[in-house]
Amino acid sequence: MELTELHHRLIEQLRNGLPICPHPYAVIANTLGITEEGVISALDQLIENGLINRFGMILHHRALGYQANAMCVFDVPDPMAADIGRAMARLPYVTLCYRRERVAGVWPFNLYCMIHGRDKHTVRAQIRHMTARLDLCDMPQKVLFSKRCFAQRAGKYGAVPFTAKNMAGGQHGSA
Amino acid sequence: MDQLERDLLNNLQGGFPICAHPFQVLAERLGYSEDVLIEGVQQLIAKGYISRFGPLFNTEKLGGAVSLAAMAVPPERFDAVADQVNSFEEVAHNYERDDRLNMWFVVLASDEIALANVLAEISRETGLEVLNFPKEQEYFLELKLEVPE
Repeated sequence: MELTELHHRLIEQLRNGLPICPHPYAVIANTLGITEEGVISALDQLIENGLINRFGMILHHRALGYQANAMCVFDVPDPMAADIGRAMARLPYVTLCYRRERVAGVWPFNLYCMIHGRDKHTVRAQIRHMTARLDLCDMPQKVLFSKRCFAQRAGKYGAVPFTAKNMAGGQHGSA
Repeated sequence: MDQLERDLLNNLQGGFPICAHPFQVLAERLGYSEDVLIEGVQQLIAKGYISRFGPLFNTEKLGGAVSLAAMAVPPERFDAVADQVNSFEEVAHNYERDDRLNMWFVVLASDEIALANVLAEISRETGLEVLNFPKEQEYFLELKLEVPE
């Protein structure tokens, strides 16, 4: 999808989120000097083309009491990674799932998933359930609980910290 | 947390309507009035339960580059190195984890070259090796962090 100047301006405008009011898209349209229909159809295009992954509340896990955050890593045979990854993503407690490159001699793991839970005890039980359910017991694996999280501006806005100036190049995103 | 807050948290993590009157559409679906819904969302933001309300952009599709990086930081230097790493505006969030690789952070940059430059710069400033774990595939899931009773 070719992004127009309007798309870029809209993306920049939405970096800090949507106004919480009865007609949020009309407010955005007003700021951009276009019609509400123009904003709605541009957003539809961004969603249809996968430039917006989802649209709604971005939760603050820790504030909600989800203090335990486990990054689980597995070394699974490459041909099986897609099937296992998709099955992992379907588990109700898995919040993110990725296949990543291994680093030879240092880090043999290629499949990552995140579990956010209220406490470590529950998360450990969920990991046991996952390894049993997906038959991962014999795969090399590791669980890395988080100890501290450093809140970042970019993390807060869920978007690349590009300024309006360099948006001409058109990059944006989220973690 | 009351029933309204739970309903909002459990139903508004994705699929927010793109139409002229989105909160009204949701209000009818969830059985609240539009005013109550809007005030509820504002409350959740005020309480810090929501970090943002709106679109979550796909960095790569917008032309940007994103990766996960990790470092083995000597414990006595951890806080100082965290300050150094976090001072880069390309670093999105940074976690201390219980492993020899004890610092894990996401880097977002305008393109692959800029990303590599940031990682090299972090390594130069800290004098530590920065391991890069680029994403090969993402397995998508529906968002479903349940907020129980």
